[in-house]
Amino acid sequence: MENLNSYLIVSSILFSIGTIGVLTRKNAIVIFMCVEMMLNAVNLTFVALSRHLGNLDGQIFVFFVMTVAAAEAAVGLALMIAFYNNKESIDVEDVNMMKW
Amino acid sequence: MFDNVWLIPFFPLVGFLINGLFGKRIKNEAVIGGIGTLMIFMSFLVSCGILMQMIGLPPEQRLFEKVVFSWIHSGNFKADMAFLIDPLSCVMIMVVTGVGSLIHLYSIGYMHGEEGFYRFFAYLNLFCMSMLLLVLGSNMLVMFIGWEGVGLCSYLLIGYYFHKKSAGDAAKKAFVMNRVGDFGFLVGLFTLYWWLGSNHNVWTINFMEIKAASHLLPYGGVVTIASLCFFVGATGKSAQIPLYTWLPDAMEGPTPVSALIHAATMVTAGVYMIGRMSFVFIKSPDTMMVVAVIGAATAIFAATIGTAQNDIKRVLAYSTVSQLGFMFLAMGVGAFWAGIFHLMTHAFFKACLFLGSGSVIHAMHHALHHGHLHDDPQDMRNMGGLKKYLPVTFLTFFVSTLAIAGIPGLSGFFSKDEILWQAFSNPYQGGLNIVLWAIAAIAACFTAFYMFRLVFMTFFGECRINPKVKDHLHESPAVITIPLIVLGTLALVGGFIGTPKILGLLPNYFEKWLDPVFELANEYGSKYAQHTAEPSHALEMGLMAFSVVVALVGIGIAFTMYVQNTGLPKKFTDTFPALHRAVYNKWYIDELYDYLFVNPCKALGRFLWKGFDVVVVDGVVNGVANVVMAFSGVFRFIQSGYIYNYAWSMAFGVVVILGYYVFK
Repeated sequence: MENLNSYLIVSSILFSIGTIGVLTRKNAIVIFMCVEMMLNAVNLTFVALSRHLGNLDGQIFVFFVMTVAAAEAAVGLALMIAFYNNKESIDVEDVNMMKW
Repeated sequence: MFDNVWLIPFFPLVGFLINGLFGKRIKNEAVIGGIGTLMIFMSFLVSCGILMQMIGLPPEQRLFEKVVFSWIHSGNFKADMAFLIDPLSCVMIMVVTGVGSLIHLYSIGYMHGEEGFYRFFAYLNLFCMSMLLLVLGSNMLVMFIGWEGVGLCSYLLIGYYFHKKSAGDAAKKAFVMNRVGDFGFLVGLFTLYWWLGSNHNVWTINFMEIKAASHLLPYGGVVTIASLCFFVGATGKSAQIPLYTWLPDAMEGPTPVSALIHAATMVTAGVYMIGRMSFVFIKSPDTMMVVAVIGAATAIFAATIGTAQNDIKRVLAYSTVSQLGFMFLAMGVGAFWAGIFHLMTHAFFKACLFLGSGSVIHAMHHALHHGHLHDDPQDMRNMGGLKKYLPVTFLTFFVSTLAIAGIPGLSGFFSKDEILWQAFSNPYQGGLNIVLWAIAAIAACFTAFYMFRLVFMTFFGECRINPKVKDHLHESPAVITIPLIVLGTLALVGGFIGTPKILGLLPNYFEKWLDPVFELANEYGSKYAQHTAEPSHALEMGLMAFSVVVALVGIGIAFTMYVQNTGLPKKFTDTFPALHRAVYNKWYIDELYDYLFVNPCKALGRFLWKGFDVVVVDGVVNGVANVVMAFSGVFRFIQSGYIYNYAWSMAFGVVVILGYYVFK
């Protein structure tokens, strides 16, 4: 593919936006969405390179990543619900009970 | 019988174990005391058996070594638990077990009512075992075990009344000074072992093997060093200058302890050791001179201090130091048998004197206790006229005093006179002969003086005790008086086995008995002895008469000052106040030692405690802890609990790792 670089650049931009979102947002749900965005960026990289190298392994791996992302989203939301029951907020600044 | 020699130290060991482990539960004093006395008495019977067997053998065959078990075999070093029976050790075991049994019997009466009764007998038996190991040991290591053991038991027994601070201090002083001497003993042992081994490949610490190899030793040189080191050990154990100050303080212990340990047995260990190693000492003329000079100096020095003391036991203590000086003088002039002879007679009369003084103190204490008075029962100024209240004690005490003063016929006369004669006529000390003899003669005069001063102040004259309690003074019970009578008799007649030839009364059994032991030493000595003409009989008789006169002069002065004209002592001390103060305060030697050794040691200890232990060692340990705390104070902020911080650190870590692989 002659425009492989474009795909990789898009993927890295998406990944960076996702990282910044994880590091700077307060709302836990938004952080989860940004994590999903990072995972999708990685998926894009896998597919682009698989098409470029002519090897289907990359696309198979994308299935695994999507499965993991789904499971993780489910677990994360359940965690947040449990947290909300305790603290009446899903603000990550309030997750400070792990401090000694 | 020789095969059973191991029983001799074994019996008191059994006694120690029984009394020590179970004594607290056996409440019956008679049983405890009985076991203790019985054990040492059985050792005495075995010793008698061995003596009988020895007498039956011809003189050349009187040597037997019994190996109980093979103990250390390490490369060249071989040490067995083995006992040596020869004429010298026979004399010693008879003295130790005989006098020991009598003192054990005495203690049953003397220590009656004491709380630690069983402890006393346990320690006393342990002491006897150690002393017997010392005298029976056939190599230097077994002797050293006994040597250390008697030092330990001396500490335990001096500190018997451990509730009194003065007793604890005295015990520590005795033990520390002994230790200084022991160091000398060990250095001497190592020197001899190493020299014989590395120069002649004779690796041994066994006495008989060293004797066989002693022809390889040079005259002087390394032998001087080794023998001087051994002599340092002897000065510590036998209370000679400079390590004698512990013995007067050791009177804090009960009187039987003073009698056994500090008169008859432990303090004679140094003399015995020189006798055992006579063939080494004789090869160093310098050491012999040192031994003789220190012996004579100690004899007169201690005698002067004894003249001014008021405590009855102190006088006897200084007398012991002085008489030990005589014994060392004898060893130093090569008259080894005379030193051992005086050791034996001294054991008899000094033990009798101490036990007698114990009887007096017992009576005084009992009487004062009745009147609820707090006078010192040991102070002679509170005594006087006791001969009518304590007749048996007085008689035995008087006989022993005659013996120590050197009145002809009694045991002390023969032994002391022999020493004086040998000091005068010995061929080893060259020009020092007359000086040594003169010092010893003056010391003998002092001896007679202070001993009779003691007798007159205690037993004669008017009774100075508080009149209220005078009627409560009574003679001691039989367990106390029987040992006194036995020892007094021995002091009276014990000398007849060693009468000098020129008197023509009896042959000198004692000298002939010990001949095989000191033969080799005499042979070595003859190589450098100055061969003067055979000393004349007239000279010997003349000196003998002179020493009798000297003794009578001492007695006469004491009689004048303490019986006829009792105001004289006060006039004397008023005329020479500084001299009296110096003598009364033991010439301030204790204060000198405090200044030279004790205080610097204490200062060093304090510095090591406050300056090193607290600052450096604690500083390092606490410092490590403080450093850890400082670091943790910084690092704990990493665990903030905030998801932000954790997420940032994860991202940061990913960047670092990726960067490392990108830029590698």
